[in-house]
Amino acid sequence: MAERRLILMAGMLALGCAAFLLWNLRAPMGFILSLRATKLAALLIVGAATGAATVLFQTVAGNRLITPGIVGFDALFVFLQTMLVLALGGAGYAALPVLPAFLIETACLAGAGMALFGLLLRRGAGDLVRLVLSGLILGVMLRGLSGFAQRLLEPSEFAVVQQASFASFGAVDHVQLFIAAPLLGLALLVAWRLSPRLDLALLGRDKAITLGLDFDRLVLGVLGLIAMMVAVSTALVGPVTFLGLLAAALAQALLRRLDHAALLPAAAGLGALILVTGQFLFERILGFQSTLAVIVEFLGGLVFLALVLRRTAR
Amino acid sequence: MIEIETLSVERDHAPVLHDLSLALPAGGLTALIGPNGAGKSSLLLTLAGLIAPRAGRVRLDGEDIHAMRPQARALRLAFLGQEQAQVSRLTVREMVGFGRWPHHRGRPGPADRAAVAGALALFGLGELAERPVSSLSGGQRQRTQIAMAHAQATPLVLLDEPLSALDPRYAREVMEALVAMAHDPAAPRGVVVVLHDLGMAARYADHVVAMKHGRLVAAGPRREVMRDAVLSALFDTGLKLREVEGAQVVLPA
Repeated sequence: MAERRLILMAGMLALGCAAFLLWNLRAPMGFILSLRATKLAALLIVGAATGAATVLFQTVAGNRLITPGIVGFDALFVFLQTMLVLALGGAGYAALPVLPAFLIETACLAGAGMALFGLLLRRGAGDLVRLVLSGLILGVMLRGLSGFAQRLLEPSEFAVVQQASFASFGAVDHVQLFIAAPLLGLALLVAWRLSPRLDLALLGRDKAITLGLDFDRLVLGVLGLIAMMVAVSTALVGPVTFLGLLAAALAQALLRRLDHAALLPAAAGLGALILVTGQFLFERILGFQSTLAVIVEFLGGLVFLALVLRRTAR
Repeated sequence: MIEIETLSVERDHAPVLHDLSLALPAGGLTALIGPNGAGKSSLLLTLAGLIAPRAGRVRLDGEDIHAMRPQARALRLAFLGQEQAQVSRLTVREMVGFGRWPHHRGRPGPADRAAVAGALALFGLGELAERPVSSLSGGQRQRTQIAMAHAQATPLVLLDEPLSALDPRYAREVMEALVAMAHDPAAPRGVVVVLHDLGMAARYADHVVAMKHGRLVAAGPRREVMRDAVLSALFDTGLKLREVEGAQVVLPA
């Protein structure tokens, strides 16, 4: 049953990709196709990375309400962007070569993300209130620091930070994609191979250890994978806080199972499907620009509220 | 055989076990009894490898439990704690199936499925097998957890207050199942269980360990430990053990 649903989802994703590429295609076809393919690849990478990373994060955190964004990763991204612009100046930041800038940003985010998640999940990861409160307080602190630093910026520099702080799928460089795609593919493969251990980790730290799992080692490895996935995705387009929650919640509703061998590809595929079909509808059908991230945040926020109110934390 | 040598344990920087030395027999049912705060659960968590001792060590058949890898330890001992793993959407069969994880590491075979079916039948969970664990009553969940420990098929099983959520009927059935596990002629196991119900300890245990304030008070065969004077001193209140219609019961003195 779950396999059929996965196949159905893959079919819908393929259809969405085809529609995104070919709908209303006019001359010069080669040029437009190339532009669309670059954007499509970014949507697929970001959707898949965010969906899969959220499932992984929820498993090691021991509840189904948490996403890396909710516990402060997005604030961390804005903080790093602000510091980068403050250090280099608006012109210096804009003049950074694309590839080194992307790599430095990814490495900084992955390192800082690993530290953040490690700090939050070190002990008592099952305590939802402690986890969310710590993440929120850290987020507020980082936003406060970013706000303070942004007051020191020139208006033009401030505009650069503002532009970088919101998700945008329009300005993705294809060189970044060539780096991001294999990194993400590798991370997804490693995560998928960890599926049986992740299933066991759902039982909680103590139970998993007494059933033979080296839990702390698994968490460390998974946090590394999450940091890499979210860092690659965020460095590519910017933060999309609730996309992961939306994809993970839909994947669980779709499969009605918790085994990661199915859940990970489902969340990755649904994350990609939401972005591709959403962008297709907004850009091709409705003719809007840059509204998808806002809609995804709105819908994801509603799902978050619904999950909180239904108290299905685990 | 579990050998506990001069074991001292701290939790949240407070000492909970003091210089404890004790040998637990490899077979039969051993009851850990004592008042609240005696350190029974801390001892069980230490034996399960979930708490590292501040001093001393625990050996299982001569091997230091805390030096074992989790996988090797999970093949030697099963542990059921007070905090139950509850994951919504997992069915009873899937939950019990996790008990086989140390054996198959994520790839269950026919022997694993047979062991799960056996555990489900033994604990009366056959009809509930496909129900989500989240839809069960407290007692049914407890039986699911005990069935999972049974399915793990280890020579040693540690259970911390397994009767806490059970009504008298299921409490008796679970104790009888634990006795059957301990004395199974095909695969006898050592069962160590924390019990607050002294009547259950008096009726079913082969050996009894009495603890108070993190120290050992008495240990040995049931009849040597379950005596009026020992129980009264252990709980700081007058208690007497009497036989009523062939069963041992503990009464206020």
